[in-house]
Amino acid sequence: MPAKMRGNRSLLPSQARRPLRKPAPALTPPPIEPVTVLPLEVQTIPATSDETSETWKRVQLARHPQRPHTLDYIKRLCTDFVEMHGDRRYGDDQALVGGLAEFEGRSVFVLGQQKGSDTKENIARNFGMPTPEGYRKALRLMEQAEKFGFPLLCFIDTPGAYPGLQSEERSVAQAIAENLLVMSQLRVPIISIVIGEGGSGGALAIGVADRLLMLENSIYSVASPEASASILWRDAAKAPLAAATMKITAPDLLGFGIIDEVVPEPDGGAHTEPALAAQAVREAFSRHLAELEAALAEGDRETAIERMLATRYQKFRSIGVWEEGSAV
Amino acid sequence: MKHAGMTTKGKDHTFFQKKTLKSLTMPERAGQDEVGDLWHKCVKCHELTYIKEYEKNAKVCQKCKYHARLRWNERLACILDEGSWVEINADMRSGDPLGFASEGEVYPQKAASTRRKSGINESLITGYGTLEGQPLAVAVADFAFLGASMGSVFGEKLVRLIDLCLERRMPLLTVSASGGARMHEGIFGLMQMAKTTATLAQLGKARLPHFSLLTDPCYGGVTASYAMVADVILAEPGAMIGFAGPRVIEQTTRQKLPADFQTAEFLLEHGMVDRVVPRKELRQILSSMIRLYSRAEVKAAPVVFTLPVRKPAPNEARYAS
Repeated sequence: MPAKMRGNRSLLPSQARRPLRKPAPALTPPPIEPVTVLPLEVQTIPATSDETSETWKRVQLARHPQRPHTLDYIKRLCTDFVEMHGDRRYGDDQALVGGLAEFEGRSVFVLGQQKGSDTKENIARNFGMPTPEGYRKALRLMEQAEKFGFPLLCFIDTPGAYPGLQSEERSVAQAIAENLLVMSQLRVPIISIVIGEGGSGGALAIGVADRLLMLENSIYSVASPEASASILWRDAAKAPLAAATMKITAPDLLGFGIIDEVVPEPDGGAHTEPALAAQAVREAFSRHLAELEAALAEGDRETAIERMLATRYQKFRSIGVWEEGSAV
Repeated sequence: MKHAGMTTKGKDHTFFQKKTLKSLTMPERAGQDEVGDLWHKCVKCHELTYIKEYEKNAKVCQKCKYHARLRWNERLACILDEGSWVEINADMRSGDPLGFASEGEVYPQKAASTRRKSGINESLITGYGTLEGQPLAVAVADFAFLGASMGSVFGEKLVRLIDLCLERRMPLLTVSASGGARMHEGIFGLMQMAKTTATLAQLGKARLPHFSLLTDPCYGGVTASYAMVADVILAEPGAMIGFAGPRVIEQTTRQKLPADFQTAEFLLEHGMVDRVVPRKELRQILSSMIRLYSRAEVKAAPVVFTLPVRKPAPNEARYAS
């Protein structure tokens, strides 16, 4: 387990304090109800190795229908929340929610993809897959945050942007790209946390942050395990293998230096004790926000903002692995 | 990562001295272009064209105007002044951040064999040249290299080219064709979207224009990042451009898709691109834009911060140069 694992774990009951990589038998998830977004046969594919099955358990936890979603966290973390709707261009997307809220005595803008807890809600929320309108609503809230100088808190939980005719007609690709550009230059502190599934560009579109966190049993990947398996081996049923091969868990990403912290979950996953999971998220947000705000308070404000932007840029700029020079 | 048959291209690589496109080795797409010694048969209308005529016409069918896919060097030949091209960072090759090996798919091996087959080290070729005497930085994605997928090298080469644009105050042209982020690099592939787009913001601050040419096929992470936030977005006629592929959309939504779905013309109609430009008109349009945009008032250089270099993650350390 990476030594970088941080977080005030004393907030959790003692049984939750355990190494991340060696799950005690207690991590074995409770019987998992069929996850609605997937065909059932994918769920029952036997894993081929320990690593594959361990990763797949995390994938199932990340997608657990009872797992707390964005609005659950907003309600538990914020003392006041005014949800705002619409992108002022075309429509309102229920799959991405956001608004103005109060977090520990300060005004913040919050936003995130919203999944449903049952089939009916999931249909209304489009299974947490935003259309261009969702990303343009997010963009509007980001600009609001910048205008009023409030920090931005983002909750990532999506299988990916919605692949559909309407999404393409109104260019979800353009909407995502614009968010990446705007977030990289947004003059307020940004913290993003993956609370469930971080699927592809649809997740990254609210993930260009000063601090990127992941809940212990969340996943973040270039494409969903099913899509990856189908691209790599033309067989979506190999999703568990793809999940293990592509290293998509929170500890993996911490090891790569892509994320800043793994936020611990209660035993058995966030859905077993949502209040405890929210408490851990609150503690992490509070600490990171305090750090970012302290840095902004140093010296001249404009210079401090430029320094924050330069640091954010450098963080993304340095991601990559390559070889150079003549062939080895 | 040993491989044979590849020599690193030098900075003075000038393929333009080769007179015809034919002299370049061009692996044709199987079952697509049927190329004989003398005649080319269009994949779309099956029209036969004398091959020299076809190449003179930059691989555009004279009858149906179908724009065939081009390799990187053919593309540059359509855009830059002859002999002006200078390639940079040609020796960069992908690392293996995930240690990707599964089901007979071993990334370093696959990358090495692709390098041999395609004759290039990565899917993105970067450099600069002139267009009617005006300097222009160009990044061309070559679909023949792993579907021009965007991985660490793709991202790094693009941001280094943008650095060069800033240093020499050159406008940037990106020519994109891509299947999206490179699966074999997992999250590192995805993060190149943020990396390239964030770097473009620096170009924007310096008031240097970015022209984006979308060519067939352009999907996923490339469309959803740097290619779609350009100052001017151009597309080639008939090019397929989108986020999710049509097959995925049909499977997910069971929607009936219109016949022209995701074509360049479809994007134009929906307001997503500035122009659909036939290949032979591209040079003239780019030339005008470079000239007109060059009058932008230059702002004072932005404050530059020296930041500590981030310590590489354990997986990166072995590639540190």
